[in-house]
Amino acid sequence: MSLITTTSKIDRLAQLTAKTETASGASLWREAMRRMRASKMAIIGAVIIAGFVLLAIIGPWIAPYGPTEQTWRGEVFSNRGEFVGARAENWFGLDHLGRDLFSRMLVGARQTLLVGVVSMLIGLLIGALVGIVSGAAATLGGKAGRRVDDAIMRVTDILLALPSLLLAVSVAAVMGQSLTTVMIAVGVVQIPVFARLLRGSMLAQGGSDYVLAARSLGIRKRRIVLTQILPNSLSPVIVQATLSLATAIIEAAALSYLGLGNPDPAVPEWGVMLSQAQRFFDNEPMMSMYPAVGIVITALGFTLLGEAMREALDPKLRG
Amino acid sequence: MSLLELDGVKVHFPVKKGILFDRTVGHVYAVDGISLKVEAGQTYGLVGESGCGKTTLGRAVLRLVDVTDGSVVLDGTDVAKLPEKELRSFRRRLQMVFQDPLGSLNPRQNIESILSEGMAAHGIGANQEERREKIREILAKVGLPANSLSRYPHEFSGGQRQRIGIARALVLEPDLIICDEPVSALDVSIQAQVINLLEELQESMGLTYLVIAHDLAVVRHISDVIGVMYLGSLVEEAPSDTLYEEPLHPYTRALMSAVPVPDPEVEERRERILLHGDLPSPANPPAGCRFHTRCPWAQDRCGKERPELTDAGGGHKVACHFTREIQDGTLRPAGDTEAVVIPAQAEAPAAESEPDATASDAPESAEAPESDEAPESDEAPEADEAPEAEDAPESKDASEGK
Amino acid sequence: MPLLTVDELTVTFGGRGRKDVRAVNGVSFSVDQGQVVGLVGESGCGKSVTSLALMGLLPAKGVTLGGRAELDGTDLLKISPSKMRDLRGRDMAMIFQDPLSSLNPVVPIGVQVTEILQRHRGLKGEAARKEAAHLLDRVGIPDPDRRLKEYPHQLSGGMRQRALIAMAVACAPRLLIADEPTTALDVTIQAQILELLKELVDQEGTALLMITHDLGVVAGLCDQVNVLYAGKVVESAGRRELFAHPTHPYTHGLLGSIPRLDAPRGEPLHPIRGSINDQIAWADGCAFAPRCDRYEMECLTGTPELTEPRAAGHRARCANPVLATTEVPA
Repeated sequence: MSLITTTSKIDRLAQLTAKTETASGASLWREAMRRMRASKMAIIGAVIIAGFVLLAIIGPWIAPYGPTEQTWRGEVFSNRGEFVGARAENWFGLDHLGRDLFSRMLVGARQTLLVGVVSMLIGLLIGALVGIVSGAAATLGGKAGRRVDDAIMRVTDILLALPSLLLAVSVAAVMGQSLTTVMIAVGVVQIPVFARLLRGSMLAQGGSDYVLAARSLGIRKRRIVLTQILPNSLSPVIVQATLSLATAIIEAAALSYLGLGNPDPAVPEWGVMLSQAQRFFDNEPMMSMYPAVGIVITALGFTLLGEAMREALDPKLRG
Repeated sequence: MSLLELDGVKVHFPVKKGILFDRTVGHVYAVDGISLKVEAGQTYGLVGESGCGKTTLGRAVLRLVDVTDGSVVLDGTDVAKLPEKELRSFRRRLQMVFQDPLGSLNPRQNIESILSEGMAAHGIGANQEERREKIREILAKVGLPANSLSRYPHEFSGGQRQRIGIARALVLEPDLIICDEPVSALDVSIQAQVINLLEELQESMGLTYLVIAHDLAVVRHISDVIGVMYLGSLVEEAPSDTLYEEPLHPYTRALMSAVPVPDPEVEERRERILLHGDLPSPANPPAGCRFHTRCPWAQDRCGKERPELTDAGGGHKVACHFTREIQDGTLRPAGDTEAVVIPAQAEAPAAESEPDATASDAPESAEAPESDEAPESDEAPEADEAPEAEDAPESKDASEGK
Repeated sequence: MPLLTVDELTVTFGGRGRKDVRAVNGVSFSVDQGQVVGLVGESGCGKSVTSLALMGLLPAKGVTLGGRAELDGTDLLKISPSKMRDLRGRDMAMIFQDPLSSLNPVVPIGVQVTEILQRHRGLKGEAARKEAAHLLDRVGIPDPDRRLKEYPHQLSGGMRQRALIAMAVACAPRLLIADEPTTALDVTIQAQILELLKELVDQEGTALLMITHDLGVVAGLCDQVNVLYAGKVVESAGRRELFAHPTHPYTHGLLGSIPRLDAPRGEPLHPIRGSINDQIAWADGCAFAPRCDRYEMECLTGTPELTEPRAAGHRARCANPVLATTEVPA
């Protein structure tokens, strides 16, 4: 009898505690993904970006006309202020040379994405490399390491002190006018940002107890940097990468606007289009509006996603 | 021979200042000449308040901070002078359990990875399968479920995390485990679990512990020998029971009287020594006896001459010039110090014989002024920076990892 | 009539698509004038949330309050925020665990103290400064005139806690709530602060609600003790009664878990198994059941009631309480 009551009370307890059990075996990255999926901001951002990427891929195929076709050249007289706005065959109207704006926007999406991604990658990869060296030297390199770190940081300080646009213009001046120039110029500006961010994050992690624990376990320094410090320092860098995609697109547009972008009319880019359209802003403001709105929405998408990531990866929300 | 012998260990951190070039403007004397011995299979408890240098000493034993002077000899090898290369493989023999169970576990590694990393570094186990076998065995020993391997630190409760930390140390089969505040971050009911676990493991595996803690009750519970630290040096060392029954150093007595006991009967009866003022800065320690600025029994000599740790009989060592005089009552706490000594109530405990060591002190301190308005200290300026000044170098050093 | 009566207080956190969490689940207790009442429990038991609810310091968004908390006839849960601000500091004040983060780091201590005197007592200029110096002196801060000009980081931890206490007692509040006031401090400093609190209660007749996890602190300070577990009071008794005859298995277990300084070396501890995560909902039974060695089928059917199984005035929420004095903590 007593055995029966004992087992039944254990069963009942197990049944009641099972209610409060939580899922297990999830890494922090997976937890972050779960939080991202629950965030409205992340979803809106992701949808915008997905749309943009889709456009960049299929844009040239679905464009109704070629980007350089001047089919309606006879209808536009920019010197007399005669333009053609949106109409059935040209949804966004025509540009100053009589080309279909809608088609140019579709084709230009790819260039714009390319500029954003490549220049972000330039900044991220070089910056992260510099950051890792600096951060590793500062945390585990001893006295000599701190000197290396100091030297690297002074250089990045100088880079950071220069106005980013000025730096970009100088790069462009050296390399000439092309899309590559824009990408490198925008990318170089991001290098010190990523380097400082990763170094700072590594320094903070380097002081934590688990790094101390790894040292007392007798693990090699290089391994401590790669398996302990680095994975825990990446969150802010990932967030920054997403956010800087937005700024890179805007900065590339700014450089193109200043006339440093790709002059080739066959490869339209939203920044270049905006720069060309601004001459006719008084007569035909809509011509500037399409690329401008395109850039703003795309940048917004990346910013939303970046901010959502920042929230999802926030260590304070762990647990 | 003892397993671990510290001889005159000093750890001084330079205090640097300057805008362009760092100049050393002084030193923080975190650990200032400590000698002690830890016997194999025993537990040595190091107790002291924050800023006394106990954590730094623990790290110095592991050479996580550089030892300025003195030797740390484990089983014939001086860790303090070991070349970097040999140090790495030597570290297997010295392991540490940390205060913050979550902070000391890499949040992005699962338990298997956390536990096998050290084994891989020291070539324990031929392959991952063998290591996993060993890890399973240790997990069972520390009382964690076998399915923990693929889980991550944040999925465990505080007590379980500390068990993981203990398992991480155990898989390397170290000679000595340093436990730095192993239970202070845990809830009371969990503390007891971890304390019991440490004791069980010691019994079944013959472990040697150096336990560092601020909680005298915890230290007394698990230690065979206790060393009391104040401002970088040992003021008293004795077997656990002896220290409780007959604390000789005024600081030990004050510390002991300040530990609350969960029993109203005891609380109302016992001696109380209220130290006024705070810990002086270890960057600018007082001359002579480090404790003389707060000691109710301080004499002129205490401010001039630093007392050595000497044997008062039976392995009971104390660093005080006036041990005997204070004990036999010829020296009484000064009426005009900042300390208030409230004597233990003479009222005899009813049935059970309370080991009330302080009762014997009652007569001598009976005349001590009970005024709470004792004149305030002149030491106040020194006291100001004490906590920050001390905390900084410890954590700073950890991050810089010289 | 008691000064503070808390009746069936509930605090529920929710919103933002998350599941509602009931941090405080029907807590009742009272505090008399000049009495020290302890709320004891481990992390997650709801003791701090209770104090914040009483002080009106919980965020308005995502928090639902229930029950009653009357301070001298005023329901603290129902009054307007502006009335609450008048009450806070004047009639009741709070001391927090971390004295550094509870003080404004960029404002001198003196300004922070005089601010309160100005707001609630209408003191100005020299009068306020004099009174502030007097207050610092009262809580045992040496050289108060100099200290008034200093910033929080220039004071040691113990001094900062004293300064905070000075601010709390500036307007001679009738109720003082101390949330783990000594947890961040060293034991010798803790002893100083506890002595100061005792003195304030004795001399000013202030009522003190002491929130702590440390049963040792409770044993030396509190008149009446309430033990909380998972958002409910599980045991409530006078100090001597509670420590002499812990009746709820949780209290009993807690006392068995604490290494005592006066216990001989080698005396084993009797921990409570599991952790606070091993819990069942109060609605289903006793939340402590999964960690309890004495649970019965009865403990798993509906919320247990507070009864007086042992002595009048000694209440415990348990269907199978520890009654024999000889019983070894399990």
